[in-house]
Amino acid sequence: MVPIFARFATIAATAVLVLTGGAQAQEMAPDVLVKNVTLEVVDILQKDKDIQKGDRKKVIALIETKVLPHFNFQAMTASAVGRNWNKANAEQKARLTEEFKTLLVRTYSSALASYSNQKFDFRPLRAKPSDTDVTVNVRVLQTGTQPVTIDYDMEKRPGGWKAWDVRVAGISLVANYRTEFDNQVREAGIDGLIKTLQTKNHSLEHSSVAGADRK
Amino acid sequence: MNRWLRNLLLALLLSGAAGCATTNGGDPRDPLEGFNRAMYSFNDGFDQAIGRPVATLYRDALTEPIRIWIRNVFANIADLWIGANNLLQGKPKDAVVDWARFAFNSTFGVFGLNDIASDMGLEKHDEDFGQTFGRWGAGDGAYVVWPFLGSSNVRDTVGLVFDIGLDPVLLHEPVRVRNVMTVLRATSRRADLLDASRILEEAALDKYVFQRDAYMQRRRSLIHDGNPPREPRLIGADDQPRAQRGAPPADETPSAAAAPVSQPSPPALDAALQLLEQPAASAPATRGG
Repeated sequence: MVPIFARFATIAATAVLVLTGGAQAQEMAPDVLVKNVTLEVVDILQKDKDIQKGDRKKVIALIETKVLPHFNFQAMTASAVGRNWNKANAEQKARLTEEFKTLLVRTYSSALASYSNQKFDFRPLRAKPSDTDVTVNVRVLQTGTQPVTIDYDMEKRPGGWKAWDVRVAGISLVANYRTEFDNQVREAGIDGLIKTLQTKNHSLEHSSVAGADRK
Repeated sequence: MNRWLRNLLLALLLSGAAGCATTNGGDPRDPLEGFNRAMYSFNDGFDQAIGRPVATLYRDALTEPIRIWIRNVFANIADLWIGANNLLQGKPKDAVVDWARFAFNSTFGVFGLNDIASDMGLEKHDEDFGQTFGRWGAGDGAYVVWPFLGSSNVRDTVGLVFDIGLDPVLLHEPVRVRNVMTVLRATSRRADLLDASRILEEAALDKYVFQRDAYMQRRRSLIHDGNPPREPRLIGADDQPRAQRGAPPADETPSAAAAPVSQPSPPALDAALQLLEQPAASAPATRGG
């Protein structure tokens, strides 16, 4: 009796969190959103003992709950696939998006795992209140080196602001995959690209995080 | 030494043949892809055999504060020419910041061990002669991978000649100290990139292409001091191509950065670049396979 009630309570609580979270995101300015999410994630990274011991599964879970909701992966994938995107049918588009998302989350988790107490400088947003497509600039400060810039290209969507590209030190993640994806499609078609991404994700799952990963 | 050189050449030729076999499509920005892939795999082999192990050892052997000191010392020396390049690029304010950084860090920072200038709000810049030429209007030219030095292009290679020729560390006497400093600097730099290279390995489908495109994007960003003109978005969040809104076709946009900039560049530099571009232009014909 108690477990069922407990489970219901958890679901209800989650639903409330999701709802309020959604409502907040809708009103939140894009630069405020980036700042809040960054600080929240960094705070967890610094406090979580498992993550500090190298638990990649937990980092991935952290990204999935805190960061993913603010990304438009369909748009990122479409942009990375570029001119071939419209050659793909709906099912291929969905599979491409899923595989690309998995790859990006893994890369991102790798980057987060190497975080070591760098300071952030959240730049004021240079945009008009009416703009619906903005770039949010964050800089990571480190002694002895030039600050590393992280630029989030964000677009206003019905569910709040969503990022559709991230540029680290001026290198766009989306653009950097464009040539690779183009080569793959030219050689083996859309399905060939999907297959390559699947193989890549599969090999990563079994090499770098052997055993400690989600099923 | 002669024997060593011959072996190196042989290895390059062999991997060159392998490089040709994997060359596909052909990127207009990378006419030397066969040669470059050969150099890339040579560098990668060297890195796996020596670079990465030494850098890992360095990172494990020294505590973080010591590694930061070493990084700072070389960063401080570099500020001299960073300032000069800022001046050449018409940014005297930035040049003053760079030289003030050098002055403070060399004295109060104790020979550059501590980057106190950053704490004072004097921010570090990243400049070199390749960026200066880019600022003056020189286009990228063909992409080139050099042994040990890695990714470059025609313009940045000319820049490297100046960077290396004027490098205070490489000009240092006596030679023994210079050699130790050079190896230490290279190790320190490689150690700083250990995480990044692991991420590259995880992220890339084809490491060569991934690194090449990243280099091109990075240089474009550096030349514009982090604010390059925004490239038009190809596809909207609604998945619809935006070509009809006046953006160029998808396959042309990425190369916009690589196309020679139409601004006038100094004639002497232009001639030098053209001279260097000659072999690049004739390379595809001789590549054959």
